[in-house]
Order: sequence, then C-alpha cells, then structure tokens
Amino acid sequence: MADIALQGITKKFGSNTALRDLDLEIKDGEFFVLLGQTGAGKTTTLRLIAGLEVPNSGKVILDGHDATNWNAAERDVALVLQQYSLYPRMTVRGNLEFPLKSRTQNFTAAEIKERVDRVAETLQITRLLDRKVERLSGGEMQRVSIGRAIVRQPRVFLMDEPLSALDANLRDVLRVELKKLHSELGATFVFVTHDQVEAMSMGDKIGVLNRGRLVQVGTPSEIYARPLNTFVARSVGTPPMNLLDGVLKGNMAVLDAGKFSLPVASPHGGDGNRIRFGIRPEDVVLDDNGPASARVFDIENHGVIKILTLDIDGTHLHATVSAQTQVHIDDTVRFSWKPEKVLCFDPSSGRNLGLG
Amino acid sequence: MAGVRTPREILTNRVAIVAVFVALAIMLTPIYWIASTSFKPRNLATTIPPTVVFEPTVSPFVKLFTKRSQLREQPTQEEYDAAPWWEQMVFDGGEKVVRNRRSGEVTMSGYGDRFTNSLIISIVSTVLAVSMGTLTAYGFSRFKVAGEDDWLFFILSTRMLPPVVVAIPMFLMYRVVGLNDTHLGLIILYTAFNLSFAVWIMKGFIDEIPREYEEAALVDGYTRMQAFFKVVLPEALTGMAATAVFCFITAWNEYAFALIMTNRNAQTAPPYIPSQVGSGLPDWTVIAAGTLLFLIPVAIFTFLLRNHLLRGMSFGAIRK
Repeated sequence: MADIALQGITKKFGSNTALRDLDLEIKDGEFFVLLGQTGAGKTTTLRLIAGLEVPNSGKVILDGHDATNWNAAERDVALVLQQYSLYPRMTVRGNLEFPLKSRTQNFTAAEIKERVDRVAETLQITRLLDRKVERLSGGEMQRVSIGRAIVRQPRVFLMDEPLSALDANLRDVLRVELKKLHSELGATFVFVTHDQVEAMSMGDKIGVLNRGRLVQVGTPSEIYARPLNTFVARSVGTPPMNLLDGVLKGNMAVLDAGKFSLPVASPHGGDGNRIRFGIRPEDVVLDDNGPASARVFDIENHGVIKILTLDIDGTHLHATVSAQTQVHIDDTVRFSWKPEKVLCFDPSSGRNLGLG
Repeated sequence: MAGVRTPREILTNRVAIVAVFVALAIMLTPIYWIASTSFKPRNLATTIPPTVVFEPTVSPFVKLFTKRSQLREQPTQEEYDAAPWWEQMVFDGGEKVVRNRRSGEVTMSGYGDRFTNSLIISIVSTVLAVSMGTLTAYGFSRFKVAGEDDWLFFILSTRMLPPVVVAIPMFLMYRVVGLNDTHLGLIILYTAFNLSFAVWIMKGFIDEIPREYEEAALVDGYTRMQAFFKVVLPEALTGMAATAVFCFITAWNEYAFALIMTNRNAQTAPPYIPSQVGSGLPDWTVIAAGTLLFLIPVAIFTFLLRNHLLRGMSFGAIRK
C-alpha cells in the first residue's frame, strides 16, 4: 500500500528527452492509468517508479520516503509487462515462487506453497501450475504474470500494457478481472496503456501524457467532459471529438465550413475571435430543422449505434446516431448540436478556453 | 502436407541424400585413413596402392605409449617367451621396450603426459574464455559503455593478424617473466586468443535474450548478479556451449605457439606427435595412433554438447 509522487522528473536517453519536468501524484489504493501514444513516456514513467531507470533530475517519493536512489528490489513493487515477462524454462509454479524465494523475502516452503496455491486459485490457473510457461497461451501467460505480481503482495502494481498483446475477447475478460483484483487487494495500481477504452473503463484517475509531458490528470469523466486542450480532447472517445474552426459571434458559432451558425451555451474566447469548437460525435444531432447541412460520406454500423461521417465541403465530422436512424451514403442531412456540450479551444495553443 | 510428397520433393530429397554422402565421404576419408593406419603393421602403412584389407594390430598404440630402442641383437627365445604379448609386438618390429635397469619397470613415452597437458590447458582456457567472454558480452549488451563500438572493434582487431606474427615477441616476454614451458603460459595465451571470439559470439546471444527477464527478476527482489545467474545464464547456455566447442577446438589444435613456447613440462600433444617419427624412418602407424587418440576428446565434447550446438551454431537465428 503506498502513495507515489514524482516531483520534477526529467529523464533523457542520450539527446532524446523522454520526460520533461514531470509532476505526478498517485494516491494509495488508486487505479491510475497513464494514457499516451507510443513514445509519450508512459513506459519510462513506469520504469522510473519501478527503479529500473534513474531520473536525470527530480525525485521519486514512495510513501513519503525519497526512493529516487533505491534499487528495484528495495522499492517493493511488482511489474507486469506486455510480454516476455515470464521466466522461460520454469514451470508456472516456478514462476510464481520466484519472487518469494528472493533474499529479501523470508518464507518457509509451506508458506510459499500456500501463497502460490491461493494466487493460482484466484486467477484460475491451478491446473496449469506444473506446465512449462512456453506451452501456455497468451492469456494464460498474462494470468501467470499477474499472479507473479500479486503473490508477493507488493505495495504497488505497475502494469505496462498488459493486455495489448491479447485478442479482443480475452482483453475484455482480463480487464474485468484486473478491476476486480484491484478492489479486492486495495493496492495502488499504475497501469500504462495507449488504449483509451482501457483507460476510460479501468482508471480511477487518468494521466494523459504527450511527448514527455503530463498534459492532464483527472477522473475519466473529467478528462472526457473537460479536456484541458485539444490533445486530451482527441485522446479519449471513439470516434474522437470533432474540432471545427470558426468565429464566435455572441453566443453563436459561425463555422468556416458551410458558414453555418450554431448556438453555443457557454461561449469563451471573446466575441469575434477565431475559435476551434469542440463537439463530441454523440452530441451532434441529426435534426430536419437543424441549422447546418452536410452530405453523408460514410456509415459505420456498430449494431447499437451508427457512426456517420459527415462532409461539409471537404470538412469531415463524426456523428453518433442510433442504429435505427435511416440514412444512406450521399444523402444530404440537416443537423445541429447540443449547445451546452460545445467546448471552445484556442486555435493556436489548443487550450480549452472554458477552463479559466 | 506430411506423408504426401510431390515428385519434385522426392527428387530434391534424393539429391540431398547424395550430397550428404559426398560431403561425408570427403570429410571422413582422412579420418578413415588415420584410423586404418593406426591399426596397421608398420610395413603396410606406406604401401602403394594402399592396403585396405589387413590383419589389425594394436602394436602402434603399444609403441605410442612406451619408450623404445633399436634392437642390437635378436632376443633369445626365452626372453621372447617371457615377455608379455605387447612387448613381443615391439620385438617383432625390431625394437625393444626400454626398462629401468634396477626395477625393470617399463619406461613410458611422453605421449600420456602431453595428452594430459593438452586436456588441462584446453579445458581451463576454454572455461576462462567462455566465462569471461560471457560476462564481458553481458556488460556490453546491457550497460551503456562509453565508446562501446570502439572497444568491440578493438577486441575483434586482436584477431586481424595471424597469431604467429607475435610468436617471437611473446616468446621473449614469456622468457623474462618465466612463463615459458608452463601450463599457465599456454592457458593465458589460448584464453587471450579465444576471448575476442567469445565476446563477439556471446554478445550476439545475449542481445537476443529480452531484458524484460532480468528486469522482472530485479523487480522481484533479486540483485543484478542473481538475476544474471538465475535468469540470463540459463538462457545463454546454448550460446555458451557453441562458443565452448569453438574455443576448445582452437586451443586443442593449436600448434605453432605450443611448439615455440613449450618443450617438456607443458608441451601439448600437437607438437609432440610429429616429433615421434621413430628411430630411422618415420613410423607412420605410431603417428596415426597418436592422432586418432587425439581426435577423441573433441569428438566426445562435441557429442555431449550436440543438443545445444544445432541451435547455437545458427547464432540464435532460429530462436523463437
């Protein structure tokens, strides 16, 4: 059980700066998700917490103690990786026992067996215990990896895209199990992913990383509804938030595309200024009396919903509509949006003008 | 599909079999030659055309291990009958076994000692080269080493000239420090030869072992050293086996330095065998017998490591 704090962390690899002046606080028992693209610095952050990397500057604080110079063994954390994390040439039992047999631990053979058996039961891998890890499927391997992490009951669980190498069904199953495990163990989880669905569905808190900087930290709903800038806005949500350039006139948005005027409930950024308006696809409504019109460019039917791609003279925007909606490609539709959901961003910096 | 083969596949298969037989014939002929010569009576060893059918004898091996001298006069029938069977063989060849004048014990030739020297020097230098090479390779593979490429090139560059070039300076230096004709002297030399090779080969193997394994062990509470021994080493064994075979063969077969640096105490088998040309004309059967025995350790060593070799020789290419 532990609080984690990163203070002013900078990490360079040669001339390449992986993390710049990163500040992050993770509370005890939190399921914290680090979301970002490849190269954003998520894995580096995780490795810094694990003690596998030393920062060029800044501090890693574990439970109030400066742990910057502690080695991995001293930090008492567990790591689950995307792949290659199991020791080959050992059985599943061998892998699960391995952390308990290190010199930092003092367990009797009976205690080890008891713990391993209990963990195996929790993760439903008892029947695999005597199998060599090379002969496991991807999902089984990941269960064993998770088992190896929890068997030691560390203060922090670090997971580096543990589900990305699995197929979709298995990913859903393990996602639920991990969440359940988290609530049972009550331990601090730091979970790295590039998958915003994972981030939204699993995290108590999400930290969005972009090019070595932490852009925003918040609960999934905060990140979704009040993104700090256009980067965060487009990082979550499927399809991502529509961004449309235009001019703010009173409480109307005059879009560049088609010169349509649409209402904005809480306008920011000053009358007459150029604004980038953000609207999520589910807040775009098809409405025969709507002020704007567009051609249907593409339809993706997802069963419950349809995702429409609308074309206004070459500008595309997405709209999520109910699957019952009857539309065809190349139809011309009229639409509106929910004025209270519109966000105003600065077109040059991308900053959300509505957040002070 | 297994079982069903197209005519083309059958043809390819036959061509492959023929090729294997041709290759085997070429490679095994010298070995057959050595083996057959080492069981021939001396007068059949150099016949033209070669004698293929003969009554095998172990007299070359008896001669190999004993010290002999030319017979001045034929032994009496009594002497001949009293001698054991192997001594009779030597009498038959016109020689007699040298015995200690007082105790009457047989004086052994130097072959056994030289063979032991070869074993000691080759094994110790192989163990040293492989273990040091593995550790060095691990360092290069896992840590940031300033000027890494230059160091690696430097290590390799020790192989860029024929070793004999440095034989004379080495000989002079060894004389000064007293390493001439010592086991340690040859062990150091052979380890130095093989180390560059071992570092390069092992680096290739260790680069292939995912770092995640050790990192998992580090996080699981092990030190870097424990992680190396418990997680990396088992994965590197295949490569170490392949490297060991190469190093062992190099050390075992080395001739030039052994000839120059040693003469008695630490002399290895390679320079010794050709020195036993026998009294008068060279006795090829004894040389063949010495050579045949000399081949056996490499064969055994390679055989023991054969499971690792197949994967090891491909330098990790077929590693999953």
